Amino acid sequence: MPLLAIAALAAGTYAFRLAGPVFRNRVRIPDRLQRLLSVATAVLLTALVATAALTQGHGFAGWARPAGVLVGGVLALRRAPFPVVIVAAAATTAGLRLAGIP
Amino acid sequence: MLVDMRSFWRTLDRGSLRDIALVCLADAIVGASFGAITVSGGLRPWVPITMSVLVFAGGAQFAAAGVVLAGGSPAAAVLAGLILNARLLPYGFTVADTVGARWWTRLLGAQLITDESVAFTMRQHGPGRRRVTFWTCGLALFGCWNVAVVLGVLAGAVLRNTGSFGLDAAFPTVLLALVLPSLTHRGTRHAALAGAIIAVAATPFLPAGVPVLLALGGLVLAGRPAATVADTNPALEVR
Repeated sequence: MPLLAIAALAAGTYAFRLAGPVFRNRVRIPDRLQRLLSVATAVLLTALVATAALTQGHGFAGWARPAGVLVGGVLALRRAPFPVVIVAAAATTAGLRLAGIP
Repeated sequence: MLVDMRSFWRTLDRGSLRDIALVCLADAIVGASFGAITVSGGLRPWVPITMSVLVFAGGAQFAAAGVVLAGGSPAAAVLAGLILNARLLPYGFTVADTVGARWWTRLLGAQLITDESVAFTMRQHGPGRRRVTFWTCGLALFGCWNVAVVLGVLAGAVLRNTGSFGLDAAFPTVLLALVLPSLTHRGTRHAALAGAIIAVAATPFLPAGVPVLLALGGLVLAGRPAATVADTNPALEVR
């Protein structure tokens, strides 16, 4: 990832953060936009989860990885501690690969 | 510090301090994961470290790094990160009065605006308590996050052959754990599911990074605005 890309992401992010403290009472963010932004966050993150779990390049990633993510997701839903969730997901995937499932 | 220590301890009760410490610990674990996963995935060590100091937004950092690691263009990575961080815009207005009126507190405070610091700040009543909470939480998170990323980078540099450790499953799992709390609202859940289907279906045909952006098409299923504050701010729990 080139430095220019990091700088662009950092600058844009800082602009989003600074707008409020600088413009404070002169501008108001409409509720609809607030709602849209927070839903867009959830949509993008979920899409990243799905593509990162299921695909590798332009094809299927194999069964081991999505199985591990599924185990982690179930544990997260059951409010397991964060480190447990991550280690269980990685261990499931590693175990399946050890058993010969790609 | 912006306040002297005596009024600091009077203003911020022990329960709030403990909560802030717990959030710092949780974020440190996410930060260490970010450092380890990105470096073991093939990024140079300075990339996650620089990103963490300058961008300081976990979700966007994971998203941008994920797009690049999947072979996507830097432009797609930046765009995905910026769309995620657009939610910081309303946060800035929420804490504008808390950050202070002097130009340097605005410049410094702006960088400390995160889901967590805003959520903690708005739980407090009164401008004094809010100010102390914002700066304490923001500075503590900034410190913990960046130290943890460096430690994660050091750990990740030791790990090679990440496939046999199942580390490629860790990245989507981190994101899943972060996004799950915001999916309790039905409209959000439908939009997210539709977006995920669009992104996966488009992956065989489009350059890496683009399918994730196409997922925003799922927003048409988001439905009518929710009534409660918790529903209108699901991103408070996403970072």
